[in-house]
Amino acid sequence: MTTDLETRLGGLTLPNPVLTAAGCGGTGRELGRFFDVGRLGALVTPSITPRPRAGRPAPRLAETPSGVLNAAGLQGPGIETFLSRDLPWLAERDARVIVSIAGGSVGEYAEVARLLGDAPGVAAVEINLSCPDVENRGSTFAAHPSAAARLVRAVRASAPRRLPVFAKLSADVTDIVGVAMACADAGADGLSMINTLHGMAIDTTTLRPALAGVTGELSGPAIRPVAVRCVYQVHAALPEVPIIGIGGIRTGLDALEFVLAGASAVAVGTATLHDPSACVRVLRELDGALKERGIDRLVDVVGLAHKPAGSVHRRIDPNVGLAVAGDAAGAGSTEPIEQETTQ
Amino acid sequence: MTDSPVAPVQVPGTVLTIRRTGAYHAMTLVAPGIAERFRPGQFVALAVGGERSSMLTRRCFFVREVKPDYGGTVEVVFAVRGAGTQWLAALRPRDILDVAGPLGRPFPLPRHPVRCVLVGEGHSGAALFPLAAVLRQRECTVHFVLGGAESDHVYGTRAARRAGDSTSVVTEDGSLGHRGRPEDLLAAVVEEVGAEVLYACGPTETLRAVSRIAVRYDLPVQVAVEEPMSCGTGVCQACVLPVIDDEGVTHMARSCVEGPVFRGERVRWDDLGTIPFDAYGAPRSLLPGSLT
Repeated sequence: MTTDLETRLGGLTLPNPVLTAAGCGGTGRELGRFFDVGRLGALVTPSITPRPRAGRPAPRLAETPSGVLNAAGLQGPGIETFLSRDLPWLAERDARVIVSIAGGSVGEYAEVARLLGDAPGVAAVEINLSCPDVENRGSTFAAHPSAAARLVRAVRASAPRRLPVFAKLSADVTDIVGVAMACADAGADGLSMINTLHGMAIDTTTLRPALAGVTGELSGPAIRPVAVRCVYQVHAALPEVPIIGIGGIRTGLDALEFVLAGASAVAVGTATLHDPSACVRVLRELDGALKERGIDRLVDVVGLAHKPAGSVHRRIDPNVGLAVAGDAAGAGSTEPIEQETTQ
Repeated sequence: MTDSPVAPVQVPGTVLTIRRTGAYHAMTLVAPGIAERFRPGQFVALAVGGERSSMLTRRCFFVREVKPDYGGTVEVVFAVRGAGTQWLAALRPRDILDVAGPLGRPFPLPRHPVRCVLVGEGHSGAALFPLAAVLRQRECTVHFVLGGAESDHVYGTRAARRAGDSTSVVTEDGSLGHRGRPEDLLAAVVEEVGAEVLYACGPTETLRAVSRIAVRYDLPVQVAVEEPMSCGTGVCQACVLPVIDDEGVTHMARSCVEGPVFRGERVRWDDLGTIPFDAYGAPRSLLPGSLT
């Protein structure tokens, strides 16, 4: 019996829940030398901007305990080159592509969303809300529910109706649930969480900031508990909104942790720097972890951690054809309900 | 991004030998699949600290030598600089670590037998030895200029004497060979041997000086940069430097995939650590949004 890893993100169905995180999986060619990118649930692109960006000066990256601090500054060729060079390469390989988009103003995001238009191979759009809004004194969109909602509404209006739109939230806020609700109300089909945390490192040899950008963005297993907390809180508040869980996922069990917290899919980020095959390894390990726990379908355990201990996932035993509604009736039982079979 | 001719492999590597060589460590790994794919100038990316390591970036080193033994071995030379390289130096035979490679753009090779000068400074000079072997096969003459801060920081003088037609050694403190830096000797060597091609590998200062001399003598120059890399595979975009492309446009090129070997005269050495104002995609205004 194989585990059913298929997952749904609103209107989008993916054969498995493991994605690359924006900016950590390249545009496909880099990882395509290590595994077939068509095996990913989806490839999330680096954030695509309306015009080419050279990014920040070097040094751009510093290693911190179980994490990486970076200030690469969204280096990229811009939407036109992405559409003419990178997207066709991915489409040729049958990769499902979620395009992360970024800009300096609401208008720039909307422009990218519009230009994406009906490009073949695009499965969804992810809005990188962590860019400074030039029209709002450089405060990031993710920092305020109203700014986030304004941006989501504009992108939703510009992107083709068939494309699901995900809002990628920052945990550097007092109340992430408030921002999540504002995004959902503004028309986001789902939420990606979390983006990197703002951080800083100082080089004790040079006695100066480790990054040319002075401050940077922290990612990796160091931020995982923060990310799990955010997914859990938002899923509790908005159980019907699909979530892509992101933040320090390195193993299949890390991925399972996010699923239990309420994520319908997970994205592997910094782990890919350490292990270029991390995504396919996490997928294999997640499959194994579900099997070990007697779970047949991934979707059955999305958000399971919210249910009282002792309740089990919904399970249909094919041998008897009986529905065992453990999560509805089994709140008081201590044993997982399983049908005995003669095998 | 260039699709390299042969895809790299990612394999568990087993330490075969590890030994001190001057101020550095030389480690030979059994890592099947890398030897037959390798071309001089390429590097390998090693995971450090074991499976649950808190050190998430890879340590990248030029390949000193590959051999077909035991399914394929790879030798790298490294200096202990921090916790990651300390961990590597403490490895013992039979220890296992994850190896990805070969990675990066290799040294382009001359089609005809030409007179080559190979300049190396510090442990990166290790990359010159597989290059020298291939150049010799093509009946090129090979002249080494090797440097380092002091005598034990000069890598490969004996190997160079075996493999090269001539070897000049230079140290900053004068403890071995001439006193000075490799570039101080280079012009004289270039004139003496009638060099037609220059290759160099080492720290930025050396590569910048070698490139200048090449321009002065109008010689082709290929340099392998030591820019610190974090993933080695092109995903993290940390190892960028400003490089001029065929159309004359400056791009922030990743040294791990577009390099580590660049044409020396195409690298904007004086603009390292900056985004040149005329670079492709450079910020056009100083508003906050265009700088992040």
